[in-house]
Amino acid sequence: MADLVSHPEEVKVVSRRFGQGAARIERYLELDGYKAVQKALAMKPDEIINEVKASNLRGRGGAGFSAGLKWSFVPKQSPKPKYILCNGDESEPGTCKDRLIFQHDPHSVIEGVMIAALAVQAHTGFIYIRGEYRYLSEIMQKALAEAYARGFLGKNIFGSGYDLDIHWHGGAGAYEVGEESALMESLEGKRGVPRIRPPFPAVIGLWGGPTVINNAETLASVPHVILGGAQWYADLGTPKNGGTRLFCISGSVNKPGVYELPLGYNLKKMIYDVAGGIWQGRKLKGVIPGGSSTPILTADEIDIGMDFDQVGKAGSMLGSGGVVVVDDATCMVKFAQRIIKFYQHESCGWCIPCREGTDWLRKTLTRFHNGGGLRKDIDNIYYLAENMLGRTFCPLGDAAAMPIMAIVKKFRNEFEDHLEGRPCPFGETNRIEELPVFQH
Amino acid sequence: MKLSEQFETRFAEMLTHYPTKRSVLVPTLLYMQDELGCLGDEAIAEIAQRLDLTELEVRNVISYYSMLTTRPRGKYNVQVCTNVSCLLRGGEEILHTCKRKLGIDHKGTTPDGMFSLEEVECIGACSWAPAMQVNYDFHENLTPESVERLLDDYKKKGSQ
Repeated sequence: MADLVSHPEEVKVVSRRFGQGAARIERYLELDGYKAVQKALAMKPDEIINEVKASNLRGRGGAGFSAGLKWSFVPKQSPKPKYILCNGDESEPGTCKDRLIFQHDPHSVIEGVMIAALAVQAHTGFIYIRGEYRYLSEIMQKALAEAYARGFLGKNIFGSGYDLDIHWHGGAGAYEVGEESALMESLEGKRGVPRIRPPFPAVIGLWGGPTVINNAETLASVPHVILGGAQWYADLGTPKNGGTRLFCISGSVNKPGVYELPLGYNLKKMIYDVAGGIWQGRKLKGVIPGGSSTPILTADEIDIGMDFDQVGKAGSMLGSGGVVVVDDATCMVKFAQRIIKFYQHESCGWCIPCREGTDWLRKTLTRFHNGGGLRKDIDNIYYLAENMLGRTFCPLGDAAAMPIMAIVKKFRNEFEDHLEGRPCPFGETNRIEELPVFQH
Repeated sequence: MKLSEQFETRFAEMLTHYPTKRSVLVPTLLYMQDELGCLGDEAIAEIAQRLDLTELEVRNVISYYSMLTTRPRGKYNVQVCTNVSCLLRGGEEILHTCKRKLGIDHKGTTPDGMFSLEEVECIGACSWAPAMQVNYDFHENLTPESVERLLDDYKKKGSQ
């Protein structure tokens, strides 16, 4: 289950302890575990923040925001308790890296939360893990108990006089909860409906207290930054894109797997060398570079370095590290339909553009793929997506709109091939549903 | 309402982790459901009373989370992912195999209560697609043949 892979081009930082039994605290300690937090205890909070800033560690959840900068937004003085919240609600389609971190190196996440807590002077942290990952919750609960038993957590950690509690928390199935403000709502025992911002969580977060929310991989990277030094970490990547990240390669390749590669690694090489090229002798049609919400790149757009800035320049996003490779036997109308089915299902329904937009897109794309497509539907699909973009309460609307717009723009010919009741050229069939036509 | 000792220990401990009681709600509902099979009226009343919430507040939360249910599922809940990574590697064929083999559709339950089936969204097994979960257990790199065998094994296990 969740087998590990390996490739000589990999640079193992976060995955350094994978497959080495480091879920057990004794083994983690043998492998330099809990050294970084002890180093951080001897540093001033601002020194920790500056070190993380200088490392160019950017958020691995998808947005790519500087982790150190995020920490610096937390007010020094706060009448309410401050919190660290680790986002382990991994659910962006194409993403399966946090699973490996929790399974093989849970203590690195705990240690990352500890260092973040020291940096912003918080005394409580939570590690939120999605409900489907029950076995990982169990691993994490055991790891936390081990850390408490050793006096690494609780009162007076490492005899420093600093008190720090970290707890596990579990979800129960909701993509939307991966959005930071919805995550806080869920942790407070509510529906995962996002909050309006500002105020940002760094100022008013969990129970009204300043809250730092980082992805599990970001936090698991922090101990390495502290131990190896900001300069070493920054130099692994490209300018402004420090370090390595876990790329989850999936889809139409010969050797799918989670590979740790430096930021800026060439996407074409990643697909053809690292992941063994396209399977079944087929050709490449496109690549989703960072989870299903990121715009697809066509086969001739992939000679780029995989860092936040270069992928941004190519018109997409590095996102969550979920690299989904699509071969030329895939029907892009069907593919778009499956993507929107997901976002429609996961939309919380709180704001109208997202609720109605995803629903009309699902209806239109489904009818279209079933052979009931009209020429005006193609523009309607684009119009619906474009009108969601930037107009929703939280980024889920953008996440739904961006991939659809890119598919319509880049694969319009495939939509035209489905017109006039022609069967899907790729032989894909869908069950027939009577669905209405969007009018505006 | 009788819940296991393990549940009660975890529940009591979790209450100490948060400044508000309500915060334990989501994970607690899932653990409760695992013991009871589903979150029926009695379970909802119990948790509402324990956390000083109205039953409506609890129902509101249950209806939001896809893993929570007020209706019983089969002993083995087969959850097949058909999201993009699985779709590209035959996830729909896996779902179809399950439908045919079990004789039920999405969200259906077999008459003997042994299996229920769900087409689910991404379960985080993308690099090992196509994949499914049976209750909490992951099964990956599936083929129609391996799924047939797997379901036979569960049936055997469930009948013992």
